Amino acid sequence: MAEKMTGAQIMCEALVREGVEVMFGMPGGAIMPFYYAMYDYRDKLRHILCRHEQGAGHAAEGYARVTGTVGVCVATSGPGATNLVTPIADAWMDSTPIVAITGQVSSAVIGKDAFQETDITGITMPVTKHSYLVKNIEELPTVFKEAFYIASTGRPGPVLIDITKDAQQARTVPNWDVKITLPGYKPTLQGNRKQIMTAVKLLAEAKKPLIMAGNGIIMADATEELRSFAERTGIPVITTLHGIGAFPEDHPLSIGMPGMHGWVHVNRAIQECDVLFNIGARFDDRVTGKVSTFAPNARIIHVDIDPSEIGKNVKTEVPIVGDARMVLMAMLEEMPQRDTTEWMHKIREMQSHHQHRQQYLVREAGTEDILMPHDVYAALTRIMNERGKYRVATDVGQHQMWAAQLIDWYRPRTHITSGGAGTMGFALPAALGAAVACPDETIWVIVGDGGFQMTNQELATIVQEGITNIKVAIVNNGYLGMVRQWQELFEDRRYSHTLLTGPDFAQLARAYGVCGITVEQRGEVEAAIEAAYAHNGPVVIDFRVEREVNVFPMVPQGKSIGDMLTEQPEPTATA
Amino acid sequence: MRKHTLVALMQDRPGVLTRAVSMFRRRGFNIESLAVGHTETPGVSRMTLVVESETVEQVVKQLYRLIEVLKVSDVTFDPTVEREMALVKVHATSTTRSEIVSLAQIFDAKIVDVGTSSLIVEMTGAPGKVENFLEVIRPFGIKEMMRTGRIAMVRGSRTHQASDYIDVEENGHIAAALN
Ligand SMILES: Cc1ncc(C[n+]2csc(CCOP(=O)(O)OP(=O)(O)O)c2C)c(N)n1
Ligand SMILES: [Mg+2]
Repeated sequence: MAEKMTGAQIMCEALVREGVEVMFGMPGGAIMPFYYAMYDYRDKLRHILCRHEQGAGHAAEGYARVTGTVGVCVATSGPGATNLVTPIADAWMDSTPIVAITGQVSSAVIGKDAFQETDITGITMPVTKHSYLVKNIEELPTVFKEAFYIASTGRPGPVLIDITKDAQQARTVPNWDVKITLPGYKPTLQGNRKQIMTAVKLLAEAKKPLIMAGNGIIMADATEELRSFAERTGIPVITTLHGIGAFPEDHPLSIGMPGMHGWVHVNRAIQECDVLFNIGARFDDRVTGKVSTFAPNARIIHVDIDPSEIGKNVKTEVPIVGDARMVLMAMLEEMPQRDTTEWMHKIREMQSHHQHRQQYLVREAGTEDILMPHDVYAALTRIMNERGKYRVATDVGQHQMWAAQLIDWYRPRTHITSGGAGTMGFALPAALGAAVACPDETIWVIVGDGGFQMTNQELATIVQEGITNIKVAIVNNGYLGMVRQWQELFEDRRYSHTLLTGPDFAQLARAYGVCGITVEQRGEVEAAIEAAYAHNGPVVIDFRVEREVNVFPMVPQGKSIGDMLTEQPEPTATA
Repeated sequence: MRKHTLVALMQDRPGVLTRAVSMFRRRGFNIESLAVGHTETPGVSRMTLVVESETVEQVVKQLYRLIEVLKVSDVTFDPTVEREMALVKVHATSTTRSEIVSLAQIFDAKIVDVGTSSLIVEMTGAPGKVENFLEVIRPFGIKEMMRTGRIAMVRGSRTHQASDYIDVEENGHIAAALN
């Protein structure tokens, strides 16, 4: 029984004990002992070889985002590890639980600029929830246990384990009888009773209350509780970019997304509400616009599991530190029923006045045949709903905002995007992780022609792994569209380095062994999407859309969310 | 504007100081003074820091996000003993030497080195007192100076003991194993 194991075997065993089934990575010198050991664990631990460590990191994020469990990525020291920095930073900004495992040069040469030595714990310190540099094999069982615990509890986030090559090669009889002793880490789950009662009272007496639901609802699995709470109180619900899916958009109390590219009536509702009940969103500047003018009439209740988020950006009257689900459950018990018909009516009136999604469907005469980006979303949302069981990974840019605006979102963990960091290149590898986690569902990737060119090499990974449930929709406008939009609106149309040529994406897909389809006509959109479903394998559809279309409505950066641009401003005389 | 004095207890793990300092820098916290050292408990460090008051709440909360941080207390409004220390190499000639010595005596400072043209004075005291001493000594010509950060302790029986937050023995074992 008491057999010696190598550090690398202990790492594998620790992963199995943590319930890990799959990891994403790439081998190299300093992590080779781990890969050596992994070979014997291939029945228990699936390893997916990515084409770039950034892809491995985002895949781990995608996996974590759809499962709610910890995603795992692996890289070697030096450049392997630094390639993980972007996904680690992305996971940090979006509170995604991942554990990144990196090999490190042997302890004897650490600090001597050895081949492929990089101080990765140092480099990632500002963007990790915690990190470990393990030089001693005896620490491995404790470190793995702690790392998974820290990554997945409280406010989730990335944890890095950097392990020297000699620690992987050493041998010992592992002691698995470890308990977690982290006296400085005790997340508060139950909200403070007094604050909860204050919040209940505020909401009960409010004339124009509003619920803002964020990622915290999804991470705490609190969607049912949110629904009960909204239905009991009749309070309308807005869902932030990461709150999408926390509340079904076809619910009569759902009013939509706030913020820079949120809807006018939602931002107006924020400006008008008298109590704003934020659960699990962090008042990001893309949501608040100019903070000093944000929600000027509102008394603010903020529920967050991370105390440091409360009061950080917006002055808060009732802070409640706790788990979204537990706090909602506690509040639900105390909350009286109430009537919000008048307020709801007012919001719906604003909504109809500002046309909401309809404006995108208005076509000027003579433009009916042009392939607009919105045609893609309209067809996609219709067909996805018909087929059911879908999730969507979006990248960063105009196509991302259109996806948030124009697709109907109903279920948690179905909208996977890079919000806090806004990482181009996120979508395809994140979809890879999601596809592995949900083999029975169709994972759509909505990506720009710019972002696709950052990580499209993961198509090779998808093919090699025999993954069939990924369908890619490139909203190809031949521009770094979102940047071009800012240049058009705020920089006198100086299109400085935003014009982008790409390869023929359908041909590129074919070169990878993936089905490629090009769509140039409005009338071909639906057939292409149906064809993608019909094909039993990954598909890339290159939608060559109208090139200079802008995302509206929009709050210009640094402006109040009360002042939205709702349509193309008249060109200035000088332009 | 009032400055705040914070006392933080943290497990002495690799990188914990870097983590704290890197966090202060990237969040733009203006840390006026920082001192770190061992405590009564092996494996637990204690940090005293002085910060601007508008950021104090965020400094406390961000410190708590670090896994190793056990307790952060704002002792600004508590009765405390606060100390700083300065080593000052003062220009001293045969004519000024005795004057410097007597000034040092008044301030309870110690002469710890005597050279042909200089003295090293060790001044320990409350922050204001150190400041006053430097003020009066400056005209003689300060050649070199090194000041420490402030350390603070609450008076009376109230304590900031690591043993209130951790299992002392266990922490000692872990700390020893890590070294
Ligand atoms: C890695 C990275 N680099 C740069 C940016 C800045 N950026 C934000 S949106 C955008 C344009 C994206 O273009 P594309 O992928 O074609 O999407 P579109 O906006 O055209 O839909 C750029 C360059 C970013 N978010 N991420
Ligand atoms: Mg584009």
